[in-house]
Amino acid sequence: MNTAERKRSLVVMRHSPYGSSLARAGIDLALAMGAFEQDFDLLFMGSGVLQLLKDQDSRQLGSKNAGKTLSSLPLYELSAVYADAASLQAFGIGEEDLVLPVKLLDETQLAAFLNDCDHVISC
Amino acid sequence: MNYALLVLSAPVSGHGARTAVRFAQRAIARGHRIERVFFLDEGVSTGSQVAVFPQDEEDRLAPWIELARQHDVELVLCISSALKRGMLDAAEADRFDRPGPTAHPAFVISGLGQLVDAAASADRLLTFGG
Repeated sequence: MNTAERKRSLVVMRHSPYGSSLARAGIDLALAMGAFEQDFDLLFMGSGVLQLLKDQDSRQLGSKNAGKTLSSLPLYELSAVYADAASLQAFGIGEEDLVLPVKLLDETQLAAFLNDCDHVISC
Repeated sequence: MNYALLVLSAPVSGHGARTAVRFAQRAIARGHRIERVFFLDEGVSTGSQVAVFPQDEEDRLAPWIELARQHDVELVLCISSALKRGMLDAAEADRFDRPGPTAHPAFVISGLGQLVDAAASADRLLTFGG
């Protein structure tokens, strides 16, 4: 692995937790990046913010609970988890409804944030 | 420039996988390097050697095999996405006692670490589909 030049990646989660398997793939990727001690941030936007909701019960779908997995992320050396403020507002979700603390980004901050990282990986 | 590609969509759905292979061909023709293509989620079915497409549609698999064989592009199917979708190489088919390999030998099956590694060393990482 190239460690000479350390890159900062941003993993963007845009998909609802159970509508397709993409959300799960994104979570797995975030966990892998954490396990490999990469410098990365996690951003939830669009329907992706639904992954962060508390009290998800996925048992009847026979799938793993996305919220539960995400709540373990602070165990990794992740500097922060970010969410698009407008997306949360569109779904009527407050910060108190989330499984982990997030930093909210408004439209202007979001553009700068996307611009600042070396790689954007969008799932 | 050194590119790594991430493919999230299947060749049967949308155009992400097709755009990815065409991007790779053009980038190489212009002197860039494609180090690795990582297939995640529905993207793993790109590597199927058993899928049959209608004769009047373009071959989805051949351009990837050509990239791997002629330009040393490493094609990696995410193991957790691949196994669930029945994409197995000879070793995995043997390990799980399945009738035979379904992934074309031009593709390797490996973990997400291969994507993390490619992202760390590439100048650009491009995502297709999803």
